[in-house]
Amino acid sequence: MNQLKGNNPGRRTILVCCGTGCLANGSAAVYEALCDALKGNDKFEVETLAKATGCNGLCEKGPLVKILPDDITYCKVKAEDVPEIVEKTLQQGELVQRLLFRDPATKKYYKSHHETNFYKKQHKLALRNIGEIDPSSVQDYLDRDGYQALEKAVKRMSPAEVIEEVLKSGLRGRGGGGFPTGLKWKACAAVDNPPRYVICNGDEGDPGAFMDRSILEGDPHTVIEGMIICAYAISASKGFIYVRDEYDLAVKNLTKAIENARERGYLGKNILDSELSFDIELVRGGGAFVCGEETALINSIQGNVGEPWDKYVYPAEKGLWGQPTVINNVETWANIPVIINDGAAKFASIGTEGSKGTKVFSLVGKVVNTGLVEVPMGTTLREIIFDIGGGIQKGRQFKAVQTGGPSGGCIPESLLDLPVDFDTLTQAGSMMGSGGMIVMDDRTCMVEVARYYVNFLAEESCGKCVPCREGISFLLETLTRICEGKGKLEDLDLLESMSCTIQQAALCALGRTAPNPVLSTLKYFRDEYLEHINNHRCPAGICKELTEFYVDEKLCTGCGRCRRNCPADAITGEKKKAHTIDPEKCIKCGECIDNCKFQAVKVK
Amino acid sequence: MAVNSEQTADRKAMGKIINRYPPERRYILAIMQDLQKQFNYLPKDALQMTAEYVNTPMSVVYSMATFYKAFSLVPKGRVVLKTCDGTACHIKGSNIIIDEIYKTLGIRPGETTADGDFSLETVNCLGACALAPVLVANDRVYPKVTPASLREIIEENRGRRDESTERE
Ligand SMILES: Cc1cc2nc3c(=O)[nH]c(=O)nc-3n(C[C@H](O)[C@H](O)[C@H](O)COP(=O)(O)O)c2cc1C
Ligand code: SF4
Ligand code: SF4
Ligand code: FES
Ligand code: FES
Repeated sequence: MNQLKGNNPGRRTILVCCGTGCLANGSAAVYEALCDALKGNDKFEVETLAKATGCNGLCEKGPLVKILPDDITYCKVKAEDVPEIVEKTLQQGELVQRLLFRDPATKKYYKSHHETNFYKKQHKLALRNIGEIDPSSVQDYLDRDGYQALEKAVKRMSPAEVIEEVLKSGLRGRGGGGFPTGLKWKACAAVDNPPRYVICNGDEGDPGAFMDRSILEGDPHTVIEGMIICAYAISASKGFIYVRDEYDLAVKNLTKAIENARERGYLGKNILDSELSFDIELVRGGGAFVCGEETALINSIQGNVGEPWDKYVYPAEKGLWGQPTVINNVETWANIPVIINDGAAKFASIGTEGSKGTKVFSLVGKVVNTGLVEVPMGTTLREIIFDIGGGIQKGRQFKAVQTGGPSGGCIPESLLDLPVDFDTLTQAGSMMGSGGMIVMDDRTCMVEVARYYVNFLAEESCGKCVPCREGISFLLETLTRICEGKGKLEDLDLLESMSCTIQQAALCALGRTAPNPVLSTLKYFRDEYLEHINNHRCPAGICKELTEFYVDEKLCTGCGRCRRNCPADAITGEKKKAHTIDPEKCIKCGECIDNCKFQAVKVK
Repeated sequence: MAVNSEQTADRKAMGKIINRYPPERRYILAIMQDLQKQFNYLPKDALQMTAEYVNTPMSVVYSMATFYKAFSLVPKGRVVLKTCDGTACHIKGSNIIIDEIYKTLGIRPGETTADGDFSLETVNCLGACALAPVLVANDRVYPKVTPASLREIIEENRGRRDESTERE
């Protein structure tokens, strides 16, 4: 069973995932060890090549090593494992079983991650190349139909036909607003005031989201190709990619990709011998959440403080330096080459009535398989969290899933069968946002989560308008008081009425959507607020002032795990006898409750 | 005397960075990013020189320097601890880590220890949510941090700080 079929078409490729998650787990050392082991090694029948790729979406299991064409995936690989992989798999054609993906539920081993539920239910369009190619190699991109869409557009379609195709695909902006991309392009092309500009919004400041960053890191050329196609469609002469400087790997890979695209004639004068001349400049952002808002971003590129405009005008009419500008999100751009290559009809056949295609989510939090996933619009939350995500970590209880970033909301268990698209999530009091999906369990306090988001927005509010500045800080004070056990029943009404005021009066969408986390948790998790206020108790054991942990004597086996891990030496007990927690010493870090295998630690 | 020559050297380095860009207002951000990388903060001299170079009032340059989170107007510690407080890290206890850092080093986010060894910053997501909570100390990434492992991380980095000063 462990023997591999010997039909190697002359060459093996070893892909080492070097996305942020795997790098953090030490994949650089694995890559180096592999390169060393392969260099000058003549024991192979076939030529072997090692490549560093972007995130495969299974960061939890990283560092990931994939071997092609055998289609083997090894998980949690260490540099020390390399000799065994080289000897067993590359030379003898055997699998190293202990490194294979193992389903935690069924205990079954999988030869390739392609066979796992995590992968099978996904549909990769925007992420189609990520993990499969070396992002620093333009040749790798070309080998997977790269720049063919551009060629098709420039040589065989008129600009109007390109716009028509994007319109017909039904593609809606993936940056959160969900505005139809084709309409935006059409509006911009119609403004007879050149020069026109194209911008890629790669600011991605959502806490707990890394979709766009992974695309820029793992497949920079797809974004560049999407932008050039748009430039052709609307006759733009210059493009800008705005990405945070702190995302060094994205900056590095993009810089190289832009250079390579220039060398190959995809950027510059008379692209592919056409009339089109277009170039792209990288702008490194300074890290401010509000800069992701398109008018603030335009301000930032122009060399101003990155604040939204006082009066909203569509950038398609008057954008960068007052000129007509198309600004789209990274993931939106990544879909453009697919639409042009495969045709609008095929794209539109995926998804729901109102939301076509797929959506990338960063599925994180208390879920078993954490990482990037891309699913057809209309997939239910339950499928994403339980089938793809493998359910809740440590067998705990699901409580809520948060979507839409700080402007989104928390969705309870009763709505898990909701098919995910732009409209359903909004109806549920949340929103699609850019694709953060944070899974919460019974150890997550919903009041504290609301406080967390409001605190984030209080820090990120540019302070320009009063409802946003003052309103959010009022929400924050009130929520903090509730978390500290000083809340009053009237506070809940005050939270609601202040939320309404902010929604109506704030200048930009940051302010207008800021109350969402408060309103959605109040709507679905009011009991938890009441428990904090009336009984001075945080059922999740998160709000320190309201938490006391104790060991249930009947359940405790005296294994001693909690005692050994407690950083405050607050737990005592003899082997095989019930342990006790000293509330005076306890710092409420939750190590014990999270790690007791017998669920013996409880919240008083 | 020594201080003066250091200052001249610094000004020279600043000028070199600034001159890499065309003298236009829209390059202020890029210039400041590079200055921040070189000096670990934005020295006042550097901001002044930038303002003159792009022919923009100092007040504008200053307001940009305070607006973006990437910039600091005071020198940062030799080891910068970046604790991720993105949502994924937060619900996995990053606030406990931040509290523990305060207990051990006496600094809160945005502060630097009196001896200039450590600074603490929070970030919104390091792109490694699967490994939450995540902490970065001078570009070394520590996954799944616990209060116990935090102590080791701090000790390890005290060592690294010594290493780097010895080498200098
Ligand atoms: C506070 C705020 C932050 C935003 N952040 C981002 C972001 O990080 N990335 C993004 O693509 N869009 C962001 N947006 C949405 C943009 O304003 C804009 O709608 C989007 O870039 C348009 O591209 P799309 O149509 O392709 O989605 C943000 C909006 C607001 C109000
Ligand atoms: S880990 Fe759980 S079972 Fe083991 S001693 Fe602690 S409370 Fe008891
Ligand atoms: S919560 Fe933390 S400090 Fe308190 S008893 Fe448990 S492990 Fe110890
Ligand atoms: S970084 Fe390797 S799987 Fe995500
Ligand atoms: S939220 Fe901490 S790494 Fe993403």
